Amino acid sequence: MNFNRIREKLNILADAAKYDVSCASSGSNRTNSNKGLGNASKMGICHSYTADGRCVSLLKILLTNHCIFDCAYCITRKSNDVPRAAFQVQEVVDLTINFYRRNYIEGLFLSSGIFKSPDHTMERLISVAKKLREEENFNGYIHLKSIPGASDELMYEAGLYADRLSVNIEVPTISGLKLLAPDKKHEDFTKPMEKVKNEIVRYKSEQKIIKSSPKYAPAGQSTQMIVGASGESDKDIMYSATHYYKTYNMKRVYYSGYVPVTHDSRLPAIGSQVPMLRENRLYQTDWLLRFYGFSVGEILNSQHPNLDMDVDPKLSWALRNLHHFPVNVNTADKRLLARIPGIGMQSVDKIVKARKFRKLNWDHLKKIGVALNRAQYFMVCESRYWERRDLDADKIKGMILQNSSGKFRNQYSTQLSLFN
Amino acid sequence: MNASTTLIYDGSFNGFLTAVFVAFDEKINVADIQRNNRSQSGLFSDTETVFTNVEKAKRVWNGIRNKSHNAISNVYFAFLSEAEGVELMLYTYIQKLMRTQSGKYLDYSDSTVLYIAQLAKKVGREKHRMEAFVRFQLTKDDIYFANIEPDFDVLPLISKHFRDRYADQKWLIYDVKRKYGIYYDLNHVEMVSLNLKNIQHNKTVKSDAFTNEEYEYQTLWNDYFKSTNIASRINPKLHTQHVPKRYWKYLSEKKEAV
Repeated sequence: MNFNRIREKLNILADAAKYDVSCASSGSNRTNSNKGLGNASKMGICHSYTADGRCVSLLKILLTNHCIFDCAYCITRKSNDVPRAAFQVQEVVDLTINFYRRNYIEGLFLSSGIFKSPDHTMERLISVAKKLREEENFNGYIHLKSIPGASDELMYEAGLYADRLSVNIEVPTISGLKLLAPDKKHEDFTKPMEKVKNEIVRYKSEQKIIKSSPKYAPAGQSTQMIVGASGESDKDIMYSATHYYKTYNMKRVYYSGYVPVTHDSRLPAIGSQVPMLRENRLYQTDWLLRFYGFSVGEILNSQHPNLDMDVDPKLSWALRNLHHFPVNVNTADKRLLARIPGIGMQSVDKIVKARKFRKLNWDHLKKIGVALNRAQYFMVCESRYWERRDLDADKIKGMILQNSSGKFRNQYSTQLSLFN
Repeated sequence: MNASTTLIYDGSFNGFLTAVFVAFDEKINVADIQRNNRSQSGLFSDTETVFTNVEKAKRVWNGIRNKSHNAISNVYFAFLSEAEGVELMLYTYIQKLMRTQSGKYLDYSDSTVLYIAQLAKKVGREKHRMEAFVRFQLTKDDIYFANIEPDFDVLPLISKHFRDRYADQKWLIYDVKRKYGIYYDLNHVEMVSLNLKNIQHNKTVKSDAFTNEEYEYQTLWNDYFKSTNIASRINPKLHTQHVPKRYWKYLSEKKEAV
């Protein structure tokens, strides 16, 4: 191993890959065979966390940051003057295996700039995965990027070795895509997605008949959208996310607050703040859609095209729909319980189980872990005390904000600070 | 009313289950169940030492398991927390469990049940953390070695995970606090008790027990860790929330920060 050379390449290519937020290692059920190396963990493991608090679960690198495209938002675009490097296939394999053996990582996340042609690049990515699986008997997690515009045959092959495939849509609207990435067509993104989706469906149904049929991308597909680069509304983003969840059976859609990396008149300037709060609210909405039984139109619609910044989306929905409340936690069904602000799915589960034994009061709920500072205005339980006043939405919101503190509060507070 | 008795057991899980068996069998009015090195006799209770009996322990284990698989894992996880007074809590928990038909372990409105469930959850979280935070270092005699210092005694819980995952390499995970480790010799995992004097957790002093290549990979990993950080999104609070400081000295990427 030429240590210094590898070190240099790793620094360049890890740095370029970090804007990909996906780092999930969950969802795969690959097991160790023949005393080989590795065993996927169904729930995924985060082995470390960066100083910005994001999970480090996979060795996330680019194969190369040479690229023939010139997408405005991307740090490795053709016209950007950055040091370039490229890994050899064997170098990536060695790094992955050695990191994995030391329990640093769950596996490999391999992406790449597009050199020569999409197919050529995709082929290289696949050869890394193939080598890991077949020569090293590696059963850890592999996440490969589908290169936009790669052929169906290659996408098929990729799924045989990878646990997850993803192609980043990056810009949620087609008009934004035309503006920021003029070389790419919308179809280039959706075609590989479509192919992978169909193959997953096919393999799943085969597996029902023949147990031993091989796995095809067991952890599914994901995609990512940049937030705050092309002036889209939260509604645009979430409707587009819903589309990808529905049409392509996405496991996850990631939202990445745009980190300004280049000077370009089409984009926010370097040094402008990363929209982290907005990103947070989008993820909350995403969770409401996937786990809490909300539909996107309830949270975002033409009257409310953007999410509230000062309260979470569920509370904001509840405040607009006070006629559903108060809910009795001892009798309401699961779906309705999940809609009470301050009660999460974990609490819903506990409440449903506990109320079979006795009627619950405030004390029980508090111990179970319900955030009563929010929930108290929207529910009744086995107690003589509940919110009897006829409060309107603004009043409730004011009282909740007054009695709570949020980590982003200073970003949206209209209260002037005394000392600056 | 019977005089109450404090039961003393040897500190093992089987010992605890035996104590539970004895308490049920002899209808003892239990004042407390204590491990022998932590015992403290009460003013108004007798003490009785229980000798571990695997047969009896097994009967209790099966008894609880027949009620619910979930309950037995809660009992085991909560026991490994080594929390003060957990034995008596568990005894109450088992009593309640046995008294009812089924499903008692789901009664989260009962404070004992909720406490045990939450304690088991904490231990489960520590187990998961250890699966993440173990950092193997390759020694010259080809053994991947790691130190850990978990809050709870989770080594028995993580051994399967590592056995399944690293089936083709020899490894040893050593609990610095409890002075024992688990060792995998390519066939079986066994418990080894060692008393290591100089614990290797300072990178600045390179030990010659480890290969040179080992330090190269540590450097690469540390570099990688640094370059994945996005400086404009820095959030130290979130970082320490995920990686609490007490674990830093065993993580090669955080050693410099210690």
